[in-house]
Amino acid sequence: MASTTIDTHGHHPRLQHQFDSLEQQKESSTLGMWMFLVTEIMFFGGLFTAYVVYRTKYPHVFSAASHHLDVTLGGLNTAVLIGSSLTMALAIWAAQVNKRKLIVVFLIATMALGLVFLGVKAKEYSDKFEHHLVPGAHFAPEDPHLQGPAQEQAQIFFSLYFMMTGLHALHMIIGLGVLAALIRPSWKGRFDAAYHTPLECTGLYWHFVDIVWIFLFPLLYLLGAHAH
Amino acid sequence: MDHTDQHTQHVTSRKMYFGVFAALLLLTLATVLVAEVDLGVMNDVVALGIAVTKAVLVLLFFMHVRYSTRLTALTAVGGFLWLAILIGITLADYLSRGATMPVPGK
Repeated sequence: MASTTIDTHGHHPRLQHQFDSLEQQKESSTLGMWMFLVTEIMFFGGLFTAYVVYRTKYPHVFSAASHHLDVTLGGLNTAVLIGSSLTMALAIWAAQVNKRKLIVVFLIATMALGLVFLGVKAKEYSDKFEHHLVPGAHFAPEDPHLQGPAQEQAQIFFSLYFMMTGLHALHMIIGLGVLAALIRPSWKGRFDAAYHTPLECTGLYWHFVDIVWIFLFPLLYLLGAHAH
Repeated sequence: MDHTDQHTQHVTSRKMYFGVFAALLLLTLATVLVAEVDLGVMNDVVALGIAVTKAVLVLLFFMHVRYSTRLTALTAVGGFLWLAILIGITLADYLSRGATMPVPGK
């Protein structure tokens, strides 16, 4: 078969036979990953659009409801996620300079920061349950600004909050799984300067999830920061 | 043929990554501080402006769009363009409803 002759010609073992070069192979993967991310933009885009529509309809209630989100915890999580993007980028840098062990170190650091993010998120969710701010039969905010018709409208805000941050957290959990799967091949030296496409594509996904949060933070948390 | 892979690959320096990281943290701090001040409509404009700036920094440097092929960059831009169409046309509908005809019961 042709594949055996290609290997004996000294090509990189990771080069698939349908590509002319590793460069072309990487470009195809990157483009494919971006096509997926475009569908992700539209996936989250539906929720962002719903947010914009209802926010335009009930600006004051959204502002008052937003006041119940913890800006400190949200801000902390923003910093944690930006830090995880840095370590993810450094994992790819480590591959580009052929530092096998550093790839693993930075992948684990990225996962650790991702877990911190999810931990803080879990704390925030449990606070919302305690304060009866979860939409449904037990939704009962004590805030005088959120009574009567405002209470129903505030449920829309908190529904969007849980849907958007929940979908975001689900993406983080999937990302953690992908990162975990990359640790073993990284340790075994599968990635180097010439070939590290799986790291690159995982990085694209992880940074995309970071960008979603970059918009969620001001839209959900900072909206009511100057209210009352 | 053997060395083409080495020539075209761009290695972003660590210094650049740390610089972008610091800029993102500063912008996060800025957006939190500005949100405390009541600026009316400008609160949204500033918050979204900062968020877009942060997203562009992540796209260009962390996601390497600055060093990727034009086709990849175009795909990325296209994604956000379609999002703008989704939000823009939806808002054009909702915001103009009252203007075209009286809404019953309002």
